[in-house]
Amino acid sequence: MSDLNKLGLAEARDLLRKGDTTSVELTEACLKAIDGADALNAFVHKTPEIALERAKAADARIKEGDAPAMCGLPIGIKDLFCTKGVDSQAASNILKGFKPEYESTVSQKLQDAGAVMLGKLNMDEFAMGSSNETSAYGNAISPWRRGAEETPLTPGGSSGGSAAAVAADLCLAATGTDTGGSIRQPAAFTGTVGIKPTYGRCSRWGIVAFASSLDQAGPMTKNVRDAAIMLEAMCGYDAKDSTSADLAVPNFEAMLTGDIKGKKIGIPREYRMDGMPAEIAKLWDEGAAMLKAAGAEIVDISLPHTKYALPAYYVIAPAEASSNLARYDGVRYGHRATLAQGDGITEMYEKTRAEGFGHEVQRRVMVGTYVLSAGFYDAYYNRARKVRTLIKKDFEDAFAAGVDAILTPATPSAAFGLGEMNDEDPVKMYLNDVFTVTVNLAGLPGISVPTGVDTQGLPLGLQLIGRPWEEGDLLNTAYALEQSAGFVAKPAQWW
Amino acid sequence: MSIDQSTAAKVAKLARIKVEEDALPALAEEFNTILGFIEQLNEVDVEGVEPMTSVTPQRLKRREDVVTDGNQQDKVLANAPDAREGFFAVPKVVE
Repeated sequence: MSDLNKLGLAEARDLLRKGDTTSVELTEACLKAIDGADALNAFVHKTPEIALERAKAADARIKEGDAPAMCGLPIGIKDLFCTKGVDSQAASNILKGFKPEYESTVSQKLQDAGAVMLGKLNMDEFAMGSSNETSAYGNAISPWRRGAEETPLTPGGSSGGSAAAVAADLCLAATGTDTGGSIRQPAAFTGTVGIKPTYGRCSRWGIVAFASSLDQAGPMTKNVRDAAIMLEAMCGYDAKDSTSADLAVPNFEAMLTGDIKGKKIGIPREYRMDGMPAEIAKLWDEGAAMLKAAGAEIVDISLPHTKYALPAYYVIAPAEASSNLARYDGVRYGHRATLAQGDGITEMYEKTRAEGFGHEVQRRVMVGTYVLSAGFYDAYYNRARKVRTLIKKDFEDAFAAGVDAILTPATPSAAFGLGEMNDEDPVKMYLNDVFTVTVNLAGLPGISVPTGVDTQGLPLGLQLIGRPWEEGDLLNTAYALEQSAGFVAKPAQWW
Repeated sequence: MSIDQSTAAKVAKLARIKVEEDALPALAEEFNTILGFIEQLNEVDVEGVEPMTSVTPQRLKRREDVVTDGNQQDKVLANAPDAREGFFAVPKVVE
């Protein structure tokens, strides 16, 4: 069988179970695709030996009839996940050479379910970025192009390598993480599906921390069914993460009926921002019409504090980052600067962190330090946490009024060219997360589904936001939207 | 609130990040752009609103106060830039 790497998780699983292919064949197809796609710079640490070893073990399991859903399926792992004995550097020079002695809970769960790790994926440094341009590995490049133009485009960020790899069929699916939109924005930019579950669904243990009250892992896949399958394998209570939720994980795939009759879908008026491109507004209206045609009731809702989500995020996330990243001090792991004669421990910290952290990470650590410093803590940090309470309440009010899910655009535009935002001030880049960041602040599940293309042929996505812990219902609504939209565009191979 | 070069230098010091003197003006300007954006939060009436401490309210789990891990000195030190005789080594701390 040819082009096994182009399969999704569900299709490949079904072939494996029927004995029509093997995990080794699937894995070899992906490894070949990866080796031919260095131009995308998506896989930054390849692990073919580990992959083939796990594929053989998976084939043995399948033969014995002991095959969980992910068994034998080759996937990519974002570099933010610690993987035992394999480079895990969060795309930062400060963790260069770091090979963890342990495995993150999420990647361990996937491994236990029989998934095959192909390698580690590019990302923005410490997941801080919306274009994969802050990576110590260099830019990841989208497989998509604007018509016949050759301008390299961003796959989005921070999970840019994951999005590029899935869109280019280098793997069947990939892990991502999402602190302000880092799964949903790159998914929208690359015509793939990405879900961020409710805060606490996936254990954060072993995932390099950015902003602990916002970070969540999730799958990035080729369709909604695959997202349901992979999310189920990633979720679950973990005693090693004190914020992990001790709740049963439902069979998400079994909840994909496509029946959304009578569901109430909210359209938040505050998301219709000034200057919204006509293409995005049209995409959004069409999405609402599709859900309505599928039997849902469309209602206008108000989320009055939306405007303040990004400013609150840019206090809370840097504050938590400045604290989390204090551990990179050149003592326990990663890079240590070469010291001059007479340098003491303070010079070691300062030089190590100046050399090891990239510009955006330094900027955010320092902004975080400032908003937490004496005299400003109340004015910035505490005020932002109060605004966060109000943002969450906006959603609670909408859900209390009977809304089942909320439909919004996933991004304010299609993917932009690499370097095109370089001359803009940092706030311009931050605006990429304007539709997604509210969801992290409120701890809710959110999913990005590709539903159309722009005039240049680039994919555009819509976001659905669900009630806490109701990922199954959210995935089903996303499934209905996917069925109606019938998005099938793929990037033409140029790499 | 406007950040001047000396405040930028102070923040860099607190963050333990070495910033060269000639990079301070640009850094201060970036801080001002970001803080200007954050200033919008002052428009919000937060009177009587509790600051969020946990996004999904739950009681933290408790467990017996016993040792559950340990005896892996080699693993702990395996990634250290400088480890000697079972310790992390750093430059002299006390004069």
